[in-house]
Amino acid sequence: MRANVVQEKSLDKKMAIIATKGTLDMAYPPFILASTAATLGYEVQVFFTFYGLQLLKKDLSDVKVSPLGNPAMPMPIPMPVLVQALPGMESMATMMMKQKIKSKGVASIESLREVCIEADVKFIACQMTVDLFDFKKSDFIDGIVYGGAATFMGFAGNTDVCLFI
Amino acid sequence: MQFDRELDARGLQCPLPIVKTKKQLNEMASGQVLRVVSTDVGSLKDMEAFAEQTGNALLSTETLGKEFVFFLRRK
Repeated sequence: MRANVVQEKSLDKKMAIIATKGTLDMAYPPFILASTAATLGYEVQVFFTFYGLQLLKKDLSDVKVSPLGNPAMPMPIPMPVLVQALPGMESMATMMMKQKIKSKGVASIESLREVCIEADVKFIACQMTVDLFDFKKSDFIDGIVYGGAATFMGFAGNTDVCLFI
Repeated sequence: MQFDRELDARGLQCPLPIVKTKKQLNEMASGQVLRVVSTDVGSLKDMEAFAEQTGNALLSTETLGKEFVFFLRRK
């Protein structure tokens, strides 16, 4: 399968994404675009920096959605901001979002990440952020590259699509 | 229409119908036909875009109630 995917890369197009957000809602755009582009034959690299690094952890249970500071989030019932700030509201919002994702047939971020890996999307973890937050490399999935901005630019400089998310 | 393989993509949302279609086509020989059934209304446009960008031919698109049936020929 993997050999086939590589062989299919006849488009000769490239896409680079910088993923900076670590919430459940913001985990979707980089993984959906990366997996889709790879499916279409693009060579894809995603550079994960700051909170985006959470998306490379083996355990994605810390990836949550917060209703706070997000007035556009659809609510089942109107909810004052002070109520949204109560303990447990973030977990509840995350649980409800995950239920909705499942019931609508939207893929989990775990499975979209897996699709990316199968399609040879290259993941780069920002070494500076790893050091800044004292992250352990053992917390991250295998097969990722640790590098800095220059590593990213080396690829991004020759891409057809380059996105900051 | 005759087909060599079938993919049930019912209940799946973007980008999974496209991703799974590509996986099936990868396992098929050039010229073979894949039938895909999807319930994702977005796949109507996406399957066209997929065919155009990958060079696999979209032979037909049919809407049957709430389901969409695509026939694709492997490049």
